Amino acid sequence: MALTGLFLVVFLLEHLYGNLLLLKPDGGAAFNEYSHNMTSNVFIRIVEILLFLGILAHVVNALRLTIENKKARPVKYAVNKPAANSSWFSRNMGLTGSIILVFIVIHLSDYFFEYRVEGLDGDETIYGEVIESFKNLWYVIIYIVAFIFLGFHLNHAIQSAFQTLGINHPKYNPIIKKTGAALAFIITIGFTFIPLYIYFTMH
Amino acid sequence: MNLTLKIWRQKNKNDKGRLETYQVSNISPDSSFLEMLDVLNEQLINEGKEPVAFDHDCREGICGMCSLYINGEAHGPDRGVTTCQLHMRKFKDGDTIYIEPWRSAAFPVIKDLVVDRSAFDRIMAAGGFVSVNTSGNTQDANNIPIPKDDADKAFDAATCIGCGACVATCKNGSAMLFVSAKVSQFALLPQGKVEATRRVHNMVKQMDEEGFGNCSNTGACEVECPKGISLENIARMNREYLKASIISEDEE
Ligand code: HEM
Ligand code: SF4
Ligand code: FES
Repeated sequence: MALTGLFLVVFLLEHLYGNLLLLKPDGGAAFNEYSHNMTSNVFIRIVEILLFLGILAHVVNALRLTIENKKARPVKYAVNKPAANSSWFSRNMGLTGSIILVFIVIHLSDYFFEYRVEGLDGDETIYGEVIESFKNLWYVIIYIVAFIFLGFHLNHAIQSAFQTLGINHPKYNPIIKKTGAALAFIITIGFTFIPLYIYFTMH
Repeated sequence: MNLTLKIWRQKNKNDKGRLETYQVSNISPDSSFLEMLDVLNEQLINEGKEPVAFDHDCREGICGMCSLYINGEAHGPDRGVTTCQLHMRKFKDGDTIYIEPWRSAAFPVIKDLVVDRSAFDRIMAAGGFVSVNTSGNTQDANNIPIPKDDADKAFDAATCIGCGACVATCKNGSAMLFVSAKVSQFALLPQGKVEATRRVHNMVKQMDEEGFGNCSNTGACEVECPKGISLENIARMNREYLKASIISEDEE
Protein backbone atom coordinates (compact mmCIF):
# COMPACT_ATOMS: atom_id res chain seq x y z
CA MET A 1 0.00 0.00 0.00
CA ALA A 2 2.70 2.41 1.06
CA LEU A 3 5.01 1.74 -1.88
CA THR A 4 2.29 1.87 -4.55
CA GLY A 5 0.73 4.90 -2.86
CA LEU A 6 3.98 6.88 -2.72
CA PHE A 7 4.70 5.95 -6.33
CA LEU A 8 1.31 7.42 -7.26
CA VAL A 9 2.11 10.57 -5.30
CA VAL A 10 5.32 11.05 -7.30
CA PHE A 11 3.36 10.56 -10.50
CA LEU A 12 0.79 13.14 -9.40
CA LEU A 13 3.48 15.77 -8.83
CA GLU A 14 4.87 15.16 -12.30
CA HIS A 15 1.35 15.27 -13.75
CA LEU A 16 0.68 18.55 -11.96
CA TYR A 17 3.80 20.06 -13.48
CA GLY A 18 2.61 19.02 -16.95
CA ASN A 19 -0.85 20.42 -16.40
CA LEU A 20 0.43 23.74 -15.16
CA LEU A 21 1.88 24.19 -18.65
CA LEU A 22 -1.74 24.67 -19.71
CA LEU A 23 -1.61 28.02 -17.97
CA LYS A 24 1.41 29.23 -19.95
CA PRO A 25 0.08 32.03 -22.17
CA ASP A 26 1.53 30.61 -25.40
CA GLY A 27 -1.61 29.24 -27.00
CA GLY A 28 -0.85 25.75 -25.77
CA ALA A 29 2.51 25.23 -27.48
CA ALA A 30 4.34 24.07 -24.35
CA PHE A 31 1.49 21.81 -23.25
CA ASN A 32 1.08 20.25 -26.69
CA GLU A 33 4.78 19.56 -26.88
CA TYR A 34 4.81 18.07 -23.40
CA SER A 35 1.84 15.83 -24.23
CA HIS A 36 3.44 14.79 -27.45
CA ASN A 37 6.67 13.84 -25.68
CA MET A 38 4.62 11.88 -23.20
CA THR A 39 3.12 9.76 -25.95
CA SER A 40 6.25 9.20 -28.02
CA ASN A 41 9.02 8.59 -25.48
CA VAL A 42 9.70 4.88 -24.88
CA PHE A 43 10.78 5.43 -21.29
CA ILE A 44 7.53 7.24 -20.55
CA ARG A 45 5.54 4.40 -22.10
CA ILE A 46 7.20 1.96 -19.73
CA VAL A 47 6.49 4.21 -16.73
CA GLU A 48 2.92 4.44 -17.95
CA ILE A 49 2.53 0.67 -17.81
CA LEU A 50 4.05 0.67 -14.32
CA LEU A 51 1.56 3.36 -13.39
CA PHE A 52 -1.40 1.25 -14.47
CA LEU A 53 0.00 -1.71 -12.60
CA GLY A 54 0.59 0.54 -9.58
CA ILE A 55 -3.00 1.74 -9.52
CA LEU A 56 -4.25 -1.79 -10.01
CA ALA A 57 -2.08 -3.15 -7.20
CA HIS A 58 -3.13 -0.31 -4.91
CA VAL A 59 -6.84 -0.86 -5.57
CA VAL A 60 -6.69 -4.65 -5.33
CA ASN A 61 -4.77 -4.41 -2.07
CA ALA A 62 -7.18 -1.78 -0.72
CA LEU A 63 -10.08 -4.08 -1.49
CA ARG A 64 -8.40 -7.06 0.16
CA LEU A 65 -7.54 -5.05 3.29
CA THR A 66 -11.03 -3.59 3.54
CA ILE A 67 -12.65 -7.03 3.29
CA GLU A 68 -10.26 -8.53 5.86
CA ASN A 69 -10.76 -5.62 8.22
CA LYS A 70 -14.55 -5.86 8.01
CA LYS A 71 -14.28 -9.55 8.85
CA ALA A 72 -12.16 -8.78 11.90
CA ARG A 73 -15.20 -7.18 13.59
CA PRO A 74 -18.28 -9.22 12.69
CA VAL A 75 -20.45 -7.73 15.47
CA LYS A 76 -20.52 -3.92 15.56
CA TYR A 77 -20.70 -1.77 18.68
CA ALA A 78 -24.15 -0.40 19.53
CA VAL A 79 -22.45 2.84 20.59
CA ASN A 80 -19.08 3.87 19.20
CA LYS A 81 -17.14 7.13 19.32
CA PRO A 82 -14.31 6.79 16.82
CA ALA A 83 -13.97 10.57 16.55
CA ALA A 84 -12.64 10.60 20.11
CA ASN A 85 -9.41 8.93 19.07
CA SER A 86 -8.79 9.22 15.32
CA SER A 87 -9.29 11.56 12.39
CA TRP A 88 -12.10 11.28 9.85
CA PHE A 89 -9.51 11.16 7.06
CA SER A 90 -7.74 8.16 8.56
CA ARG A 91 -10.99 6.23 8.95
CA ASN A 92 -12.37 6.87 5.48
CA MET A 93 -9.52 5.91 3.18
CA GLY A 94 -11.74 3.36 1.43
CA LEU A 95 -14.43 5.97 0.75
CA THR A 96 -12.07 8.71 -0.45
CA GLY A 97 -10.11 6.14 -2.48
CA SER A 98 -13.28 4.86 -4.17
CA ILE A 99 -14.27 8.39 -5.20
CA ILE A 100 -10.80 8.82 -6.70
CA LEU A 101 -11.19 5.53 -8.55
CA VAL A 102 -14.48 6.65 -10.13
CA PHE A 103 -12.76 9.84 -11.17
CA ILE A 104 -9.79 8.01 -12.65
CA VAL A 105 -12.15 5.96 -14.81
CA ILE A 106 -13.96 9.09 -16.07
CA HIS A 107 -10.68 10.90 -16.60
CA LEU A 108 -9.04 8.11 -18.54
CA SER A 109 -12.06 7.41 -20.72
CA ASP A 110 -12.13 11.09 -21.70
CA TYR A 111 -8.49 11.84 -22.37
CA PHE A 112 -6.45 8.72 -22.55
CA PHE A 113 -9.00 6.76 -24.55
CA GLU A 114 -9.69 9.61 -26.93
CA TYR A 115 -6.06 10.46 -27.74
CA ARG A 116 -4.44 7.06 -27.64
CA VAL A 117 -7.15 4.78 -28.85
CA GLU A 118 -9.30 6.92 -31.12
CA GLY A 119 -6.73 9.52 -32.11
CA LEU A 120 -7.26 13.21 -32.75
CA ASP A 121 -8.89 14.50 -35.95
CA GLY A 122 -6.97 16.80 -38.33
CA ASP A 123 -6.63 20.19 -36.70
CA GLU A 124 -7.52 19.19 -33.10
CA THR A 125 -4.83 19.61 -30.45
CA ILE A 126 -4.73 18.18 -26.96
CA TYR A 127 -4.61 21.71 -25.60
CA GLY A 128 -7.71 22.65 -27.56
CA GLU A 129 -9.59 19.58 -26.35
CA VAL A 130 -8.74 20.23 -22.72
CA ILE A 131 -9.79 23.87 -22.90
CA GLU A 132 -13.00 22.85 -24.65
CA SER A 133 -13.96 20.30 -22.00
CA PHE A 134 -13.42 22.72 -19.12
CA LYS A 135 -15.90 25.16 -20.59
CA ASN A 136 -18.50 22.71 -19.32
CA LEU A 137 -19.40 23.57 -15.72
CA TRP A 138 -20.25 19.97 -14.80
CA TYR A 139 -16.84 18.87 -15.88
CA VAL A 140 -15.22 21.51 -13.71
CA ILE A 141 -17.32 20.45 -10.72
CA ILE A 142 -16.45 16.75 -11.14
CA TYR A 143 -12.77 17.64 -11.21
CA ILE A 144 -12.91 19.85 -8.17
CA VAL A 145 -14.86 17.34 -6.08
CA ALA A 146 -12.49 14.54 -7.09
CA PHE A 147 -9.42 16.52 -6.12
CA ILE A 148 -10.84 17.59 -2.80
CA PHE A 149 -11.32 13.93 -1.96
CA LEU A 150 -7.85 13.14 -3.27
CA GLY A 151 -6.58 15.80 -0.86
CA PHE A 152 -8.47 14.09 1.99
CA HIS A 153 -6.96 10.74 0.97
CA LEU A 154 -3.42 12.07 0.82
CA ASN A 155 -3.73 14.06 4.02
CA HIS A 156 -3.72 10.78 5.91
CA ALA A 157 -1.94 8.67 3.30
CA ILE A 158 1.45 10.32 3.07
CA GLN A 159 2.30 10.30 6.76
CA SER A 160 0.68 6.87 7.06
CA ALA A 161 2.98 5.48 4.38
CA PHE A 162 6.02 6.62 6.36
CA GLN A 163 4.74 4.85 9.45
CA THR A 164 4.04 1.68 7.42
CA LEU A 165 7.63 1.74 6.16
CA GLY A 166 8.84 2.04 9.74
CA ILE A 167 9.91 5.66 9.52
CA ASN A 168 8.83 7.18 12.83
CA HIS A 169 11.02 9.38 14.96
CA PRO A 170 9.82 11.85 17.60
CA LYS A 171 12.06 14.51 16.11
CA TYR A 172 10.88 14.13 12.51
CA ASN A 173 7.24 13.11 12.96
CA PRO A 174 5.92 16.68 13.04
CA ILE A 175 7.84 17.45 9.83
CA ILE A 176 6.55 14.31 8.10
CA LYS A 177 2.95 15.09 9.11
CA LYS A 178 3.17 18.72 8.04
CA THR A 179 4.91 17.92 4.75
CA GLY A 180 2.28 15.26 4.00
CA ALA A 181 -0.57 17.65 4.67
CA ALA A 182 1.17 20.42 2.70
CA LEU A 183 1.72 18.12 -0.30
CA ALA A 184 -1.92 17.05 -0.18
CA PHE A 185 -2.93 20.71 -0.11
CA ILE A 186 -0.62 21.72 -2.98
CA ILE A 187 -1.83 18.83 -5.15
CA THR A 188 -5.48 19.68 -4.48
CA ILE A 189 -5.07 23.42 -5.03
CA GLY A 190 -2.91 22.93 -8.13
CA PHE A 191 -5.27 20.53 -9.85
CA THR A 192 -8.45 22.44 -8.96
CA PHE A 193 -7.00 25.82 -9.93
CA ILE A 194 -6.45 24.76 -13.54
CA PRO A 195 -10.08 23.94 -14.48
CA LEU A 196 -11.33 26.95 -12.53
CA TYR A 197 -8.90 29.24 -14.29
CA ILE A 198 -9.85 27.90 -17.70
CA TYR A 199 -13.57 28.08 -16.94
CA PHE A 200 -13.47 31.67 -15.75
CA THR A 201 -10.91 33.21 -18.11
CA MET A 202 -11.38 31.37 -21.39
CA HIS A 203 -15.14 31.04 -21.37
CA MET B 1 -25.69 9.21 41.46
CA ASN B 2 -28.59 7.53 39.70
CA LEU B 3 -27.77 5.86 36.41
CA THR B 4 -29.40 3.94 33.59
CA LEU B 5 -27.23 1.10 32.32
CA LYS B 6 -27.57 -0.58 28.92
CA ILE B 7 -25.56 -3.76 29.27
CA TRP B 8 -24.80 -6.48 26.73
CA ARG B 9 -26.19 -9.79 27.97
CA GLN B 10 -25.27 -13.02 26.22
CA LYS B 11 -25.75 -16.48 27.76
CA ASN B 12 -22.87 -18.19 26.00
CA LYS B 13 -20.74 -18.22 22.86
CA ASN B 14 -23.63 -19.30 20.65
CA ASP B 15 -26.35 -17.04 22.07
CA LYS B 16 -27.16 -14.02 19.90
CA GLY B 17 -27.12 -11.60 22.81
CA ARG B 18 -28.90 -8.28 23.38
CA LEU B 19 -28.65 -5.02 25.30
CA GLU B 20 -30.68 -4.93 28.51
CA THR B 21 -31.57 -1.93 30.62
CA TYR B 22 -30.92 -1.66 34.37
CA GLN B 23 -31.22 1.13 36.94
CA VAL B 24 -28.77 1.73 39.77
CA SER B 25 -29.11 4.41 42.42
CA ASN B 26 -27.05 5.99 45.20
CA ILE B 27 -23.75 5.34 43.46
CA SER B 28 -20.85 7.25 45.03
CA PRO B 29 -18.94 9.41 42.54
CA ASP B 30 -15.77 8.17 44.26
CA SER B 31 -16.45 4.52 43.50
CA SER B 32 -14.81 2.81 40.57
CA PHE B 33 -16.70 1.63 37.52
CA LEU B 34 -16.35 -2.00 38.59
CA GLU B 35 -17.61 -1.18 42.09
CA MET B 36 -20.67 0.32 40.46
CA LEU B 37 -21.16 -2.96 38.58
CA ASP B 38 -20.72 -4.82 41.90
CA VAL B 39 -23.63 -2.80 43.29
CA LEU B 40 -25.73 -3.73 40.28
CA ASN B 41 -24.83 -7.42 40.63
CA GLU B 42 -25.74 -7.46 44.32
CA GLN B 43 -29.05 -5.92 43.39
CA LEU B 44 -29.60 -8.57 40.69
CA ILE B 45 -28.67 -11.41 43.05
CA ASN B 46 -31.10 -10.09 45.69
CA GLU B 47 -33.79 -10.03 43.03
CA GLY B 48 -32.96 -13.64 42.19
CA LYS B 49 -31.62 -12.73 38.75
CA GLU B 50 -28.43 -13.75 37.01
CA PRO B 51 -25.60 -11.25 37.75
CA VAL B 52 -23.70 -9.65 34.88
CA ALA B 53 -20.47 -11.48 34.07
CA PHE B 54 -17.45 -9.19 33.58
CA ASP B 55 -13.69 -9.74 33.75
CA HIS B 56 -11.47 -8.31 36.49
CA ASP B 57 -8.67 -9.37 38.74
CA CYS B 58 -6.21 -6.89 40.26
CA ARG B 59 -8.48 -3.84 40.21
CA GLU B 60 -5.40 -1.65 40.26
CA GLY B 61 -4.65 -1.28 36.58
CA ILE B 62 -1.89 -3.85 36.19
CA CYS B 63 -3.37 -7.21 35.20
CA GLY B 64 -5.24 -6.18 32.05
CA MET B 65 -8.27 -8.35 32.77
CA CYS B 66 -10.97 -5.70 32.98
CA SER B 67 -12.20 -4.93 29.51
CA LEU B 68 -15.32 -2.91 28.87
CA TYR B 69 -16.38 -0.77 25.94
CA ILE B 70 -18.11 2.07 27.77
CA ASN B 71 -20.19 4.66 25.93
CA GLY B 72 -18.33 3.96 22.68
CA GLU B 73 -14.79 3.99 24.08
CA ALA B 74 -12.46 1.25 25.30
CA HIS B 75 -12.09 1.57 29.11
CA GLY B 76 -14.51 4.51 29.02
CA PRO B 77 -14.07 8.24 28.56
CA ASP B 78 -10.96 8.73 30.73
CA ARG B 79 -7.43 8.51 29.25
CA GLY B 80 -4.55 6.36 30.46
CA VAL B 81 -6.66 4.18 32.76
CA THR B 82 -8.21 0.76 32.74
CA THR B 83 -11.90 0.22 33.56
CA CYS B 84 -11.05 -0.75 37.14
CA GLN B 85 -9.41 2.65 37.59
CA LEU B 86 -12.19 4.61 35.96
CA HIS B 87 -14.10 6.63 38.53
CA MET B 88 -17.81 7.28 38.50
CA ARG B 89 -17.16 11.02 38.83
CA LYS B 90 -16.36 10.94 35.10
CA PHE B 91 -20.13 10.51 34.61
CA LYS B 92 -23.06 12.71 35.52
CA ASP B 93 -26.08 11.96 37.65
CA GLY B 94 -28.87 10.68 35.39
CA ASP B 95 -26.51 9.50 32.62
CA THR B 96 -27.27 6.52 30.44
CA ILE B 97 -24.19 4.31 30.10
CA TYR B 98 -23.75 1.71 27.35
CA ILE B 99 -21.53 -1.20 28.37
CA GLU B 100 -20.41 -3.67 25.70
CA PRO B 101 -17.76 -6.37 25.41
CA TRP B 102 -14.66 -5.98 23.16
CA ARG B 103 -15.81 -6.66 19.61
CA SER B 104 -13.33 -8.66 17.58
CA ALA B 105 -13.48 -11.86 15.59
CA ALA B 106 -10.35 -12.94 17.47
CA PHE B 107 -11.94 -12.24 20.90
CA PRO B 108 -15.17 -14.28 20.94
CA VAL B 109 -17.66 -13.44 23.70
CA ILE B 110 -17.79 -16.19 26.34
CA LYS B 111 -20.58 -14.68 28.41
CA ASP B 112 -22.10 -11.19 28.79
CA LEU B 113 -19.10 -8.85 28.88
CA VAL B 114 -16.39 -11.51 29.12
CA VAL B 115 -14.35 -12.27 25.99
CA ASP B 116 -11.78 -14.96 25.29
CA ARG B 117 -8.41 -13.26 24.75
CA SER B 118 -6.33 -16.40 24.47
CA ALA B 119 -5.43 -15.26 20.93
CA PHE B 120 -2.92 -12.94 22.65
CA ASP B 121 -1.44 -15.89 24.55
CA ARG B 122 -0.97 -17.83 21.32
CA ILE B 123 0.80 -14.85 19.76
CA MET B 124 3.13 -14.74 22.78
CA ALA B 125 3.74 -18.47 22.55
CA ALA B 126 4.72 -18.00 18.90
CA GLY B 127 7.69 -15.81 19.77
CA GLY B 128 7.20 -13.52 22.75
CA PHE B 129 10.10 -14.90 24.76
CA VAL B 130 13.87 -15.26 24.86
CA SER B 131 15.32 -18.76 24.95
CA VAL B 132 17.79 -18.85 27.82
CA ASN B 133 19.29 -21.76 29.61
CA THR B 134 18.33 -21.32 33.25
CA SER B 135 19.80 -24.55 34.57
CA GLY B 136 21.92 -23.10 37.31
CA ASN B 137 24.25 -20.91 35.29
CA THR B 138 22.24 -17.75 34.81
CA GLN B 139 24.30 -14.66 34.48
CA ASP B 140 23.75 -11.45 36.41
CA ALA B 141 21.64 -9.24 34.15
CA ASN B 142 23.83 -6.25 34.95
CA ASN B 143 26.82 -7.95 33.29
CA ILE B 144 25.47 -6.90 29.92
CA PRO B 145 25.73 -3.17 29.31
CA ILE B 146 22.58 -1.70 27.80
CA PRO B 147 22.23 1.93 26.70
CA LYS B 148 19.88 3.74 29.07
CA ASP B 149 17.73 4.93 26.18
CA ASP B 150 17.17 1.40 24.89
CA ALA B 151 16.46 0.11 28.36
CA ASP B 152 13.86 2.86 28.87
CA LYS B 153 12.15 2.18 25.57
CA ALA B 154 12.12 -1.57 26.21
CA PHE B 155 10.63 -0.94 29.62
CA ASP B 156 7.97 1.38 28.21
CA ALA B 157 7.00 -1.31 25.70
CA ALA B 158 6.96 -3.93 28.45
CA THR B 159 4.34 -1.99 30.39
CA CYS B 160 1.72 -3.32 27.96
CA ILE B 161 -0.69 -5.35 30.09
CA GLY B 162 -2.32 -7.24 27.21
CA CYS B 163 -5.74 -5.78 27.93
CA GLY B 164 -6.83 -5.73 24.27
CA ALA B 165 -8.19 -2.16 24.28
CA CYS B 166 -6.10 -1.46 21.18
CA VAL B 167 -7.90 -4.22 19.27
CA ALA B 168 -11.29 -3.21 20.66
CA THR B 169 -10.95 0.40 19.62
CA CYS B 170 -9.30 -0.12 16.23
CA LYS B 171 -11.75 0.23 13.34
CA ASN B 172 -9.91 -2.68 11.70
CA GLY B 173 -9.71 -4.82 14.84
CA SER B 174 -5.94 -4.84 14.44
CA ALA B 175 -3.61 -6.10 17.17
CA MET B 176 -0.55 -4.26 15.90
CA LEU B 177 -0.03 -2.12 19.01
CA PHE B 178 -0.03 -5.12 21.33
CA VAL B 179 2.20 -7.25 19.10
CA SER B 180 4.57 -4.36 18.42
CA ALA B 181 4.94 -3.68 22.14
CA LYS B 182 5.84 -7.31 22.70
CA VAL B 183 8.22 -7.39 19.73
CA SER B 184 9.86 -4.15 20.88
CA GLN B 185 10.41 -5.09 24.50
CA PHE B 186 12.72 -7.85 23.27
CA ALA B 187 14.11 -6.36 20.06
CA LEU B 188 15.61 -3.42 21.95
CA LEU B 189 17.64 -5.55 24.33
CA PRO B 190 20.79 -7.58 23.59
CA GLN B 191 19.21 -10.77 24.97
CA GLY B 192 16.27 -10.38 22.59
CA LYS B 193 18.24 -9.46 19.48
CA VAL B 194 19.46 -13.04 19.00
CA GLU B 195 16.01 -14.30 17.98
CA ALA B 196 14.68 -11.00 16.63
CA THR B 197 14.05 -11.99 13.01
CA ARG B 198 12.36 -15.27 13.77
CA ARG B 199 10.34 -13.72 16.58
CA VAL B 200 8.79 -10.93 14.52
CA HIS B 201 7.96 -13.31 11.68
CA ASN B 202 6.30 -15.89 13.89
CA MET B 203 4.38 -13.41 16.01
CA VAL B 204 3.01 -11.55 12.98
CA LYS B 205 2.09 -14.84 11.33
CA GLN B 206 0.19 -15.95 14.42
CA MET B 207 -1.48 -12.52 14.65
CA ASP B 208 -2.79 -12.89 11.10
CA GLU B 209 -3.94 -16.45 11.70
CA GLU B 210 -5.99 -15.35 14.70
CA GLY B 211 -8.10 -13.13 12.44
CA PHE B 212 -7.02 -9.68 13.61
CA GLY B 213 -7.38 -6.92 11.00
CA ASN B 214 -4.72 -4.88 9.24
CA CYS B 215 -3.26 -1.66 10.62
CA SER B 216 -4.14 1.46 8.64
CA ASN B 217 -2.41 3.87 11.01
CA THR B 218 -5.48 5.65 12.33
CA GLY B 219 -3.69 5.95 15.69
CA ALA B 220 -6.82 5.18 17.75
CA CYS B 221 -5.01 2.44 19.71
CA GLU B 222 -2.36 4.79 21.06
CA VAL B 223 -5.03 7.20 22.31
CA GLU B 224 -7.07 4.50 24.05
CA CYS B 225 -4.21 2.39 25.42
CA PRO B 226 -4.27 2.59 29.23
CA LYS B 227 -0.48 2.30 29.33
CA GLY B 228 0.34 4.88 26.66
CA ILE B 229 2.09 2.40 24.38
CA SER B 230 3.43 4.49 21.49
CA LEU B 231 2.92 4.10 17.75
CA GLU B 232 6.72 4.19 17.56
CA ASN B 233 6.54 0.52 18.51
CA ILE B 234 4.45 -0.27 15.44
CA ALA B 235 6.99 1.50 13.23
CA ARG B 236 9.76 -0.47 14.95
CA MET B 237 7.92 -3.72 14.32
CA ASN B 238 7.42 -2.74 10.66
CA ARG B 239 11.18 -2.14 10.41
CA GLU B 240 11.95 -5.42 12.12
CA TYR B 241 9.52 -7.20 9.83
CA LEU B 242 10.96 -5.66 6.67
CA LYS B 243 14.44 -6.55 7.86
CA ALA B 244 13.34 -10.08 8.69
CA SER B 245 11.75 -10.49 5.25
CA ILE B 246 14.85 -9.30 3.45
CA ILE B 247 17.76 -10.73 5.41
CA SER B 248 16.32 -13.73 7.22
CA GLU B 249 18.37 -16.87 6.67
CA ASP B 250 15.50 -19.12 7.70
CA GLU B 251 14.22 -21.28 4.86
CA GLU B 252 10.57 -20.24 5.20
C1 HEM C 1 -7.67 4.44 -7.29
C2 HEM C 1 -8.33 4.66 -6.22
C3 HEM C 1 -7.73 4.49 -4.87
C4 HEM C 1 -8.21 3.68 -3.90
C5 HEM C 1 -9.42 2.78 -4.02
C6 HEM C 1 -7.36 3.82 -2.75
C7 HEM C 1 -7.55 3.17 -1.54
C8 HEM C 1 -6.71 3.26 -0.47
C9 HEM C 1 -6.96 2.67 0.82
C10 HEM C 1 -8.20 1.88 1.22
C11 HEM C 1 -5.90 2.96 1.59
C12 HEM C 1 -5.78 2.58 3.06
C13 HEM C 1 -4.79 1.58 3.31
C14 HEM C 1 -4.15 1.90 4.60
O1 HEM C 1 -4.55 2.90 5.22
O2 HEM C 1 -3.24 1.18 4.99
C15 HEM C 1 -4.97 3.73 0.83
C16 HEM C 1 -3.76 4.18 1.28
C17 HEM C 1 -2.92 5.01 0.56
N1 HEM C 1 -3.18 5.55 -0.67
FE1 HEM C 1 -4.76 5.13 -1.84
N2 HEM C 1 -6.36 4.70 -3.01
C18 HEM C 1 -6.55 5.15 -4.30
C19 HEM C 1 -5.80 6.07 -4.98
C20 HEM C 1 -4.64 6.63 -4.49
C21 HEM C 1 -3.86 7.60 -5.20
C22 HEM C 1 -4.20 8.19 -6.57
C23 HEM C 1 -2.77 7.86 -4.41
C24 HEM C 1 -1.63 8.77 -4.62
C25 HEM C 1 -1.60 9.77 -5.39
C26 HEM C 1 -2.88 7.06 -3.22
C27 HEM C 1 -1.97 7.06 -2.19
C28 HEM C 1 -2.09 6.32 -1.02
C29 HEM C 1 -1.09 6.26 0.02
C30 HEM C 1 0.28 6.96 0.04
C31 HEM C 1 -1.63 5.43 1.03
C32 HEM C 1 -1.00 5.10 2.38
C33 HEM C 1 -0.37 3.74 2.41
C34 HEM C 1 0.08 3.32 3.79
O3 HEM C 1 -0.28 3.90 4.79
O4 HEM C 1 0.81 2.33 3.85
N3 HEM C 1 -4.04 6.33 -3.29
N4 HEM C 1 -5.49 3.90 -0.44
S1 SF4 D 1 -0.90 -2.06 23.73
FE1 SF4 D 1 -2.06 -0.94 25.34
S2 SF4 D 1 -4.19 -1.29 24.74
FE2 SF4 D 1 -3.01 -2.83 23.64
S3 SF4 D 1 -3.00 -4.64 24.95
FE3 SF4 D 1 -1.14 -3.48 25.50
S4 SF4 D 1 -1.78 -2.16 27.19
FE4 SF4 D 1 -3.68 -2.89 26.26
S1 FES E 1 -8.72 -5.47 36.91
FE1 FES E 1 -6.55 -5.58 36.61
S2 FES E 1 -6.24 -3.99 35.19
FE2 FES E 1 -8.33 -3.73 35.68
